[in-house]
Amino acid sequence: MSSWSFFVGHRGEILAATRAHLELVLIAMFLATLISVPLGMLIVHRPALRNLALGIANILQTIPSLALFGFLIPIPFIGGIGARTAIVALTLYAILPILRNTYVGLAGTDPAIIESAEAMGMTPSQILFRVRFPLALSVILAGIRTATIITIGVATIAAAIGAGGLGTFIFRGVALVSDALILAGAIPAALLALVADFLIGLLERHFRIS
Amino acid sequence: MNTYTPIFPENSIEFRGVSFRVGSPPAREIVSDVSLTVSHGETLVLLGRSGGGKTTLLKLMNGMLLPAKGQVLVQRRATIDWDRIRLRRSMGYVIQDAGLFPHFSVAENVALVPTLENWPSSRISARVEEMLKLVGLDPNEFAKRLPRELSGGQRQRVGVARALAADPPILLMDEPFAALDPVTRSELQSEFRTLTARLGKTIVFVTHDVREALFLASRVVLLEDGRVVASAPPNEFLRIDHPEVRAFAASFSFGSSAPR
Repeated sequence: MSSWSFFVGHRGEILAATRAHLELVLIAMFLATLISVPLGMLIVHRPALRNLALGIANILQTIPSLALFGFLIPIPFIGGIGARTAIVALTLYAILPILRNTYVGLAGTDPAIIESAEAMGMTPSQILFRVRFPLALSVILAGIRTATIITIGVATIAAAIGAGGLGTFIFRGVALVSDALILAGAIPAALLALVADFLIGLLERHFRIS
Repeated sequence: MNTYTPIFPENSIEFRGVSFRVGSPPAREIVSDVSLTVSHGETLVLLGRSGGGKTTLLKLMNGMLLPAKGQVLVQRRATIDWDRIRLRRSMGYVIQDAGLFPHFSVAENVALVPTLENWPSSRISARVEEMLKLVGLDPNEFAKRLPRELSGGQRQRVGVARALAADPPILLMDEPFAALDPVTRSELQSEFRTLTARLGKTIVFVTHDVREALFLASRVVLLEDGRVVASAPPNEFLRIDHPEVRAFAASFSFGSSAPR
């Protein structure tokens, strides 16, 4: 049986898995952005907190993704089997690229612009929200783009803890040594990543100020 | 020592024995025991070599730096006692390359301080139009442009318009014309001189260009290594017998004729 006829025969299941996959990614990215961007704003002027936050995010990033899913299973409330645990793990994973880019973008504002903002009598929070943030937006979006692509990939592994999504096909395909099954998971995941890359890239260029 | 009591103390700036240091020990003193009065309505030009402490003096005036020793008084109140934000909004500030916000249109840049001061929007747009006309830019043509769509001279005009927008009594200018080509620079210098004569602001202008200093100043103050070494009206300045004055005088006579 060719891969193509398998896809056609199972298109309903593939579409449902793609939708579930997208859901995992969107919720995790939403939460990660909600945590990382304000945290990035908070650490711009606080070196001690910055080292701590970036350090923790760095460590989270070094944990192999499968291990991170495993670690979370026994933890009460956030752990267990299923999509919720996967979302927690994916969120933790997505924090570092967004946090790092938020910080780098905000801290990298042209010093001459900051100086004139201060000299014109802008308060530190006005400078943060009206000058640093809009000028850093495209760099922050670049972090969100990277994190989204990573999350789409890592989310396939979430199937290992029963979270569903496109990884279900891949794990089943590996177990059954079926290229068609593996591709039924891998191809839609790759397409999702390409589309996300393109769309967020458009936003990024829109907000770039050169 | 009560030799100077400005006639209009409200818009004056006064340095009393001010020193400023940078760096952890051993600290380097970049302003040493400066006493100086900027009187209401005068255009005081701080002249000196790079690293002579000119910009530091400006930043001591608007409270971006605080003196290590002595006091800087603005409108008779020490900068350390001022609400820093209020102090700065009462002083327009123009720097080299204008320091415009690249993500703001020309109109938004000019409207900055009035917006921060919560002026009603009709008053802001009227003011922006007035300011752009004042610096020789057609509002219809320029208001919606971004800074990157302007020439260097146009950006500098917008910088001046922005500094003047909230009608501050004092204007601080840090080498505002230094990055411009010579032709544009002398155009802007001439227009600026006309403008200042009309507006009656108290202006402190920093430059390393002696020709610009003599052209714009009502008084030139020469700095060397963080100290005031000479202070005189432009027509007397070059006659002062001091090695640093002679060095600047030499650079002046060596160049071509003075600007118009």
